[in-house]
Amino acid sequence: MKKHLNFVVLVLAAATLAGCNGTNTSSNTGSAKLKAGLITLHDENSTYDKNFIDAFKAACAKKGVEPVIQSNVPESNECYTQAADMADNGCAFVFADSFGHEDHIVRAAREFPNVQFSHASGQQAHVLKLANFHNAFASIYEGRYLAGVAAGLKLQAMIEAKPETSTNIGYIGAYPYAEVISGYTSYYLGVRSVVKEATMTVTFTNSWYDETAEKTSAENLIKNYHCSIVSQHADSWGAPTACENAKVPNVTYNGSTESKCPDTYLISSRINWEPYFEHCFDQLANKGTIETDYTGELGTTLYDGSVALTAPGKVAAVANTEEKLNEAAAKLRAGTLHVFDTSSFTVSGANVTSNVTVDAEGHVTSYKADVDPDAAYTADTEVVEKDSNGKSYIAESAKRSAPYFQLNIDGITRI
Amino acid sequence: MHSERKLFSWKSPLHLVKRSNLPWWQALLYRLLAVFVGLLLMCFVLWLMVKASPVAVFANLFSGSFGSERRIWFTFRKMALLLCAGLALIPAFRMRFWNLGGNGQILMGDLAAIMCMYFGGQAGWPNWAIILLMIPSSLFAGALWGVIPAIFKAFFNTNESLFTLMMNYIASGIVTIFLGAVVTSGSGTLPIQEAGHLPVIGNNDYLLVLLIAVAILAFVYVYLRFSKHGYELEVVGDSENTAKYIGINVRWTIIRTMALSGALCGVIGMLLAGAMDFTITADSAQNMGFTAIMVAWLAKFDPFAMLGTSFLVAFLDNGMASGVQRAFGITNNSIGQIVIGIVYFCIIAVEFFINYRIQFQHLVPDVEALTEKGKK
Repeated sequence: MKKHLNFVVLVLAAATLAGCNGTNTSSNTGSAKLKAGLITLHDENSTYDKNFIDAFKAACAKKGVEPVIQSNVPESNECYTQAADMADNGCAFVFADSFGHEDHIVRAAREFPNVQFSHASGQQAHVLKLANFHNAFASIYEGRYLAGVAAGLKLQAMIEAKPETSTNIGYIGAYPYAEVISGYTSYYLGVRSVVKEATMTVTFTNSWYDETAEKTSAENLIKNYHCSIVSQHADSWGAPTACENAKVPNVTYNGSTESKCPDTYLISSRINWEPYFEHCFDQLANKGTIETDYTGELGTTLYDGSVALTAPGKVAAVANTEEKLNEAAAKLRAGTLHVFDTSSFTVSGANVTSNVTVDAEGHVTSYKADVDPDAAYTADTEVVEKDSNGKSYIAESAKRSAPYFQLNIDGITRI
Repeated sequence: MHSERKLFSWKSPLHLVKRSNLPWWQALLYRLLAVFVGLLLMCFVLWLMVKASPVAVFANLFSGSFGSERRIWFTFRKMALLLCAGLALIPAFRMRFWNLGGNGQILMGDLAAIMCMYFGGQAGWPNWAIILLMIPSSLFAGALWGVIPAIFKAFFNTNESLFTLMMNYIASGIVTIFLGAVVTSGSGTLPIQEAGHLPVIGNNDYLLVLLIAVAILAFVYVYLRFSKHGYELEVVGDSENTAKYIGINVRWTIIRTMALSGALCGVIGMLLAGAMDFTITADSAQNMGFTAIMVAWLAKFDPFAMLGTSFLVAFLDNGMASGVQRAFGITNNSIGQIVIGIVYFCIIAVEFFINYRIQFQHLVPDVEALTEKGKK
């Protein structure tokens, strides 16, 4: 009987094959509306992917583009297949949101020269110079810094209310990788701009999305490292939930967690992808060119740029947070304040690697970063620059959109 | 006054009767009905959640898995991989050895192949040399991951389900360690490896996987049906004592069968590395080791019936993902999973009705009273 079952299934399959032609042709003769595809690593239950999905839908609605969204696409051959399938189905633009998608998207880009492909957090576009493959990111280190200022204000208020409060704060990173290192360092420098004696303990989960590991890491930081505030660069609700349970303030990423964590949500920084998607759709509509390597920036307010914050928490954040952040953001926009101002941090001991030189006090005087991707991860580009006032700083996201700051600075302990 | 004794009475409002021989076409009809009911329930849930019309759901389900040449190949490749994974599991399952470690075995085979590609590529070896090394490495790595729990089962009677399950986590841990070691930028993303790609047959990316699946299907069928090994593992599964009595080496049979099971998983890993992904992540096995358990159970461990069950799973998966979810803008994957789960539930539930008949009420004769009446 099993053999018969499987015969019938095959017959059904054959019938399906015959029947599918109809649906295929009808989709091709659809409207002339521009179609754009989004490929995400996880789904809207991940804060990271939700940030892309929301922005994509909003930009599509605004520009009259038809969105085609495929969630849960792993960083494998399936990413290439889905991208190619979107191209097959008339998408003029395909965007993928995860770092590991890049190679697979490049493969699709080479196969479909008439379709524009783009990828978040990737590093290859400025080297490959393909006409239809692009990268995009934002100066999110500035957003992280501002979130750090908000956390610093909170820490200061906690110390004023209770002098024995620990000045150590905690951070959960996904991978020990430039995007994450740049993020937590700028956040820490933001905190330290308010509380000089603050120190930070960083732990890694080695996964972009691991709810259990993120939750237990947060609990570990709170319990065993006496962290007064916890922040994270990972995509699940694990850390915010652990903080809410332990009543420890949490600085989050990619969007507000106030709905589920009303008592402990402090603030969140995020890349707002809407301006970028709008840029792409405009260029497609006008037959223009999409920027090869797009770096989004702070907007005119804290909330409307590519680098954006979400409103400070009603319960946890300090009352004058917004005002202080506006002051700092104004300086960042004017270029009078640099997040990675070399006078604001030191590097010492084994962290002074062969691509770094420091002066007697430990301030960085020269730093070669790995900007152009290669198999050996060569440190190829000098990134210490001086502004017009002679201030020396590390120019992050200037040589390419994706972050490359990878120094281990004093005050941060990795566990 | 004593009342007349009843000759018949109603008994047990609900009664299960084991079916002995349901005609094949009836069983088949039941199963098809179950799929149909499952799909109807699926439509209902989708209508509740996203106001999708049932006609559109069906149309998109089919177009998602078969709407273009690429989608057809993609669906059949997914089916082929699941079939391979199911085929890898059934020798162990027929031995009543519950191998839940397919994922880990696939991942180890994958890792072994990627290591050949990575180090061979750096050393500048020719492609054929790397491939010649990849094949035994993947087979061995998969087999090793299957044999370790088998040895513990054979000699210490350790619970094989827990053991194999645990081996999955160790395997993904090892992959993470490997990535941490070779990807010195810390991103955990290994770039696509250019060396050691398995040959592409006829300019078609998908064909090799399909052909290997057919070869494994033939091999496993012959192995289980006609070889002495196949006979021995079934006897061990039915009764270890019988096996011992007729002179089968039980320990050796367990170890040998799991080595085969693991090695076949290793082949899948090699295909992932050398014919599809050319890179590896801790999730590269995509839970195939678990999905294949369902593929195998639904087919009652019959290699050819698994053609049908693996097809069904691949069809539903791709139909939901590329068809229904995209068409209705569903970006919450839980919805897709719930809906597919409902269909599976119906398919599994129908096996109960195929094996048992439910009687709601039936008349039970009072034998004593009847004989008495007969005497009169």
